[in-house]
Amino acid sequence: MTATIERGAATAPVTSPAPVKKPTRKRPRGFLSSSNGKKVVMAVTGAVMVTFLILHMLGNLKIFISKESFNEYAHALRTLLEPLLPYRTVLTIVEVVLVASVVLHMWAAISLARRAHSARPVKYVAKKSQANGYATHIMRLGGVTILLFLIWHLLDLTFGVVNPKGFDSSPADRMIAGFDPSRWWVAIIYFAAVVMVGLHLRHGVWSAFQTLGWANRDRNKGLRLGAGLLSAVLVVGFLSPPLAIMFGVVQ
Amino acid sequence: MSFLEMLDVLNERLILEGDDPIAFDHDCREGICGMCGMVINGVAHGEQRATTTCQLHMRHFEDNATITIEPWRAAPFPVVKDLVVDRSAFDRIIQAGGFVSVPAGSAPDAHSIPVRKEDADAAFDAATCIGCGACVAACPNGSASLFTAAKITHLSLLPQGQPERLSRAKAMVDQMDAEGFGGCTNTGECTAVCPKGIPLDTIAQMNTDYLKANAK
Ligand code: HEM
Ligand code: SF4
Ligand code: FES
Repeated sequence: MTATIERGAATAPVTSPAPVKKPTRKRPRGFLSSSNGKKVVMAVTGAVMVTFLILHMLGNLKIFISKESFNEYAHALRTLLEPLLPYRTVLTIVEVVLVASVVLHMWAAISLARRAHSARPVKYVAKKSQANGYATHIMRLGGVTILLFLIWHLLDLTFGVVNPKGFDSSPADRMIAGFDPSRWWVAIIYFAAVVMVGLHLRHGVWSAFQTLGWANRDRNKGLRLGAGLLSAVLVVGFLSPPLAIMFGVVQ
Repeated sequence: MSFLEMLDVLNERLILEGDDPIAFDHDCREGICGMCGMVINGVAHGEQRATTTCQLHMRHFEDNATITIEPWRAAPFPVVKDLVVDRSAFDRIIQAGGFVSVPAGSAPDAHSIPVRKEDADAAFDAATCIGCGACVAACPNGSASLFTAAKITHLSLLPQGQPERLSRAKAMVDQMDAEGFGGCTNTGECTAVCPKGIPLDTIAQMNTDYLKANAK
């Protein structure tokens, strides 16, 4: 036999980690500090955000009906339940819930990522993904991309800080000016982000069902398909208004 | 020649040459004890699906190929030597709740508690987990969810497992966390390398039971 062996990788850098602590706790740890609890937080806040995205997409599509229809919709968001409640009450509540969801979702994502990191202090020399590695790569990276975009997006179309029309303009004007062909780079940021959201949700929506214990062998095919379809609908729904504006269909 | 026999041959040669043999774990060499785990060319138990390392044969490799072998790498599985890791963390997860409390005495009649065929089959599928740890080794998060879920599902599908169902799920998941395993992100790497093909369903079952245990 002519085999040669090289022993470096297997033995050298493997420092035996500190002995695993025998749990010393007397009381059970809280739900939110458990890995499962964090996943549930992620799934529930994710579901809140997905619901929002669906409504947000439907709202955006009103630009295809008319600019007025879109402006009315934006206005209605602020005056919802108006005689009963003061101006912007409902919208403010929705905004608070959304901000809380984003923060909690990220908190859970970050603490799970840190836990994962300390569970594997020594990396593999060779590692081949057997489940195509999609979720591993897309979710955390995609999440960060989405967050950066979210900040830009709010500055652009909500606060008008980086929008050519500024804040004293109608929502439809801001949207149309925002996606003026001369600002093609905005469209590129927007496209990349929307696609990322789609990729995030392709795994995320199914994953949320699994996390909440509603997935099983019989339903998985349907759930995966549903998650894919929903993601595709969201991507198309969010990309069609800017595309229409850039190609002059909506002016 | 099996993969482990190849290591035996290699070790004999190393010993004759006055070198240290490569330490690796094994026991049954028939795919049922779960001792022989190692990451072969980046895949836990090697690329052959649903196969333990001891059941992997050298005919699946090309002549003179370079093979990279690594131990399971996870903080809760400290490396003892070379390819040998300490999987006691799994034992402690079992001790936390992977049992049913029954009054001792003579064995009850096998048919005294009826079990639906579907439940019996699913419980049996989950019970085939041999505790090898490949799921942890393959998981990008170093999570022990598939193992823990297999054990929880196995018992929670059977009538004998009902009384302690929720407390078991809670105790075992909390122990899994306490041992320093990562959380599950549903990547499916575990089930792909599991020599027994334990399905992700078991993790959904574990999540359900854990959620219910905490809601109480
Ligand atoms: C538009 C905003 C977002 C929506 C609608 C969304 C939705 C979701 C959903 C439904 C899940 C599945 C939850 C589960 O597995 O139980 C998920 C998981 C996840 N999200 Fe988000 N998310 C958003 C933004 C973010 C951001 C900003 C981050 C980054 C900090 C992030 C990071 C993650 C990670 C790491 C996972 C875990 C992947 C997994 O468990 O497989 N997400 N998201
Ligand atoms: S679930 Fe599969 S991979 Fe994990 S310990 Fe059990 S048999 Fe091994
Ligand atoms: S040696 Fe027992 S499973 Fe491989």
